Amino acid sequence: MLQLRGSTKDFHCDFIGHKMLIISDDSSLPLPLREKYAYILKENTGTNLPDGFGAYISQNASVFSTSKHKNWFHIPQYMDYMEAGDIINFKDDGSIWAIFRSNAKYNTFLLTERCNHYCLMCSQPPKSKEDSWLLERAMEAIELIPRDTVRMGFSGGEPTIYEEKLIDLVEKCRGYLPQTAIDILSNGRAFSDPEYARLLHKIDHPNCMICIPLYSDVPEIHNYVVQSEDAFDETIQGILNLKALNQKVEIRIVIHKQTIGRLVETCEYISRNLLFVDHVALMGLEITGFTRANLPDLWIDPFDYKDTLSQAVAVLNRNKINNSVYNHQLCTVNPDVVDNYVHSISDWKNEYLDECNKCSRKHECGGFFSSQILYKHSDHIKAFS
Amino acid sequence: MAKFKKQNFFENTNESYELLPFRFARINGRVLLTNLVGEYFFTKDEVLKSLVDGTLPNDSDDYLNLRSLHFICDDQTQSAKQLLGIKTRTKLSNYSNLTSLHMFVISLRCEHSCPYCQVSRQSDDKLAFDMSYETASKAVDFALSGPSPRIKIEFQGGEPLLNFDTLKFIVHDAKEKNEAIGKDLSFVIATNLAVITDEILDYCKLHDIEISTSLDGPASLHNHNRPRPGNNSYELATEGIKKVREKLGFDKVNALMTTTDKSLDDPRIIIDEYLKQGFSGIFLRPLSPYGFAIKTKKYNAYGSKKWFEFYKTGLEYILEINKSGVHFREFYSATILKKILTLKDPGYVDLRSPAGIGIGGIVYNYDGKIFASDEGRMLAEMGDNTFEIGNLATDNFKDVFLSDKLLDPLEQSMTTSAPRCSECAFEQYCGADPVFHYATTGDFLGKKAESDFCYRNYNTFSYLLDTYDSNLETRSIFESWIN
Repeated sequence: MLQLRGSTKDFHCDFIGHKMLIISDDSSLPLPLREKYAYILKENTGTNLPDGFGAYISQNASVFSTSKHKNWFHIPQYMDYMEAGDIINFKDDGSIWAIFRSNAKYNTFLLTERCNHYCLMCSQPPKSKEDSWLLERAMEAIELIPRDTVRMGFSGGEPTIYEEKLIDLVEKCRGYLPQTAIDILSNGRAFSDPEYARLLHKIDHPNCMICIPLYSDVPEIHNYVVQSEDAFDETIQGILNLKALNQKVEIRIVIHKQTIGRLVETCEYISRNLLFVDHVALMGLEITGFTRANLPDLWIDPFDYKDTLSQAVAVLNRNKINNSVYNHQLCTVNPDVVDNYVHSISDWKNEYLDECNKCSRKHECGGFFSSQILYKHSDHIKAFS
Repeated sequence: MAKFKKQNFFENTNESYELLPFRFARINGRVLLTNLVGEYFFTKDEVLKSLVDGTLPNDSDDYLNLRSLHFICDDQTQSAKQLLGIKTRTKLSNYSNLTSLHMFVISLRCEHSCPYCQVSRQSDDKLAFDMSYETASKAVDFALSGPSPRIKIEFQGGEPLLNFDTLKFIVHDAKEKNEAIGKDLSFVIATNLAVITDEILDYCKLHDIEISTSLDGPASLHNHNRPRPGNNSYELATEGIKKVREKLGFDKVNALMTTTDKSLDDPRIIIDEYLKQGFSGIFLRPLSPYGFAIKTKKYNAYGSKKWFEFYKTGLEYILEINKSGVHFREFYSATILKKILTLKDPGYVDLRSPAGIGIGGIVYNYDGKIFASDEGRMLAEMGDNTFEIGNLATDNFKDVFLSDKLLDPLEQSMTTSAPRCSECAFEQYCGADPVFHYATTGDFLGKKAESDFCYRNYNTFSYLLDTYDSNLETRSIFESWIN
């Protein structure tokens, strides 16, 4: 798994605070542009450093030893994936953060770790400390992101805790990146206030999807999973308010021991009551964050629920609701869900077991989260011949 | 590490709940409950009693299912009320887009002399029984002036192809006038195919016109039902079907059967004929009690009971065909199942409330008279003008659709308020048929206890729901039919 945040002791900078730059390997970049870029020195490009770049980076510290240039950073080995087009935040304490990777199919911006839910299987356990700098960095990054980016996401925590400021972010996306579809992960409760839904609507972003978890048609189960009373009705109301204003909504269901029992009923509920949602995501469990603490209450082998998953997908397909199955391995699902099976949106996350090397369908398979490899995965991983 | 609240913290501690409106029926030893929008739940008598008594335990599966299906509201969720409202509006939303089906009776003349048909004339007198260009042009204006974004013009008769000039006139006139209006306009010709020619087919291809024909069964049955000189109606129809498919495309022709007392002997030979002709389904249709059918007592000769046995035998046979791997639908069942299983109204004219007359389909007779339905036109042929709702010579769209002649039967037949219908478990799947009830009892509402319409539909709904809910294989076949 890639480490997006790192730090170096081997650096020099003359700025205070932080500087967000795009990586470039083009030594002939026009001078007026260079200030916005960090020049990446690769092994085969010699040791000459062109003038005028916002910063210089290399994995080879020795090139900087004789340099007259300020603002250089020796990149740690584990961040060797960096390449032209990536957006990097440099700090005056030597920390380096790859905020946007140009080669990733999908980039996600964490906007906050604060949340009004406390989900049993949260992969990003909430913290209460003030972290609005995360939103500020995202706002900055939007100006640097390539205009042809197809899709990207904003997650939390709960991004709507920023209230109007989140709407400002969407507006900025619309201004700078009108071609880029954006996903915002939210529990949807803030949109139960029709006024807030209207604020989003007013921005008129051409392709903004609010991705909202709905874990069960039974309020007690949903509320237990998200650890919050009254969550169910507010989330439903939020979805209704957004769809009444024709905003795009995706429903996300993480499949585990608490949600599997009524997965089919939940999909039927969605088909009858929320038929107008744009997409339903059926997601396998990532073994990270709170999931590890609550594993006995959450784990169920995907192989054991594959018939239920097939039924759930069939209900959604029959009702012509777009739906996708994420985070499952091909050998743990029935053939009838393959049309809805999604390889993965973050290809660099995929890892495999030894068994998988024998598999003839490895290239079609989403593989594992590294956390699944480390801590828990199906007992029925078996290569296709 | 985090402190998580236990599951029991989120349990529902308040045992009281609120009942939302629902209806019920007993089917085959089980109780069927249906809610305000037709979502259903099969259960036992004890559960129904306990539900109504307010003693259903709130952690039981029955309770959770009934609440999810919007039969109950409680402290945990009140969202049902709003969602039921949305679903009701969704189901009714199509009604504001009246009227999509426009039937143009362009000639009463026909070379067939079918005994159950009241309207056709054996005549060469074009002036007396054909629609004139002037009337046709007015009908086109009328059809295009309604709110429906989709307009289907169906050419009817008699045999409409005997007045092909007016047919062509209407296609050109409608297309030309629609250029400025921009509706989704389509054409279909209801013909027995006896007089179809290559010239006509070329024209249909050019203007993307579909063909709807009649096929009552194998040659012996079809020709018995449909006498014509030469006694070759079946041969002409099947040759015609082949020709249409070759020229216009395989799916550009569909067939409808007319059910007569002779058909009722064995639905399987009719179904076999449809299979043989390559159709992907059949509509096991009841015979309407109009025209000669009433006059000649052919309707009472078998009635709804016999028809229902016919339907059941036919459906079971069709299910066997599907189980053998051939996808073949029964369209009446498919329509009803769609109403039961989804919130999408298939728009079937005979199962709507408010009724489909006028606002679902409307008929322009050759002489300019406007009828609320094809059956209304047949009643008029028998001397009763109750469903003649206007005349193209004098009335515009608004005059007709706001007239008491149309609104009275619509209002008086609504199932939500009709005695027996309002409390019927199938109310949401059924419809009002003021023309049928008027023809058989003399008023728009009818007496449901004696109504053949009610008998047929009540039994069909019960049978389909029970079969769908108790047999997995049948369930998946039915589900494939509604998509």
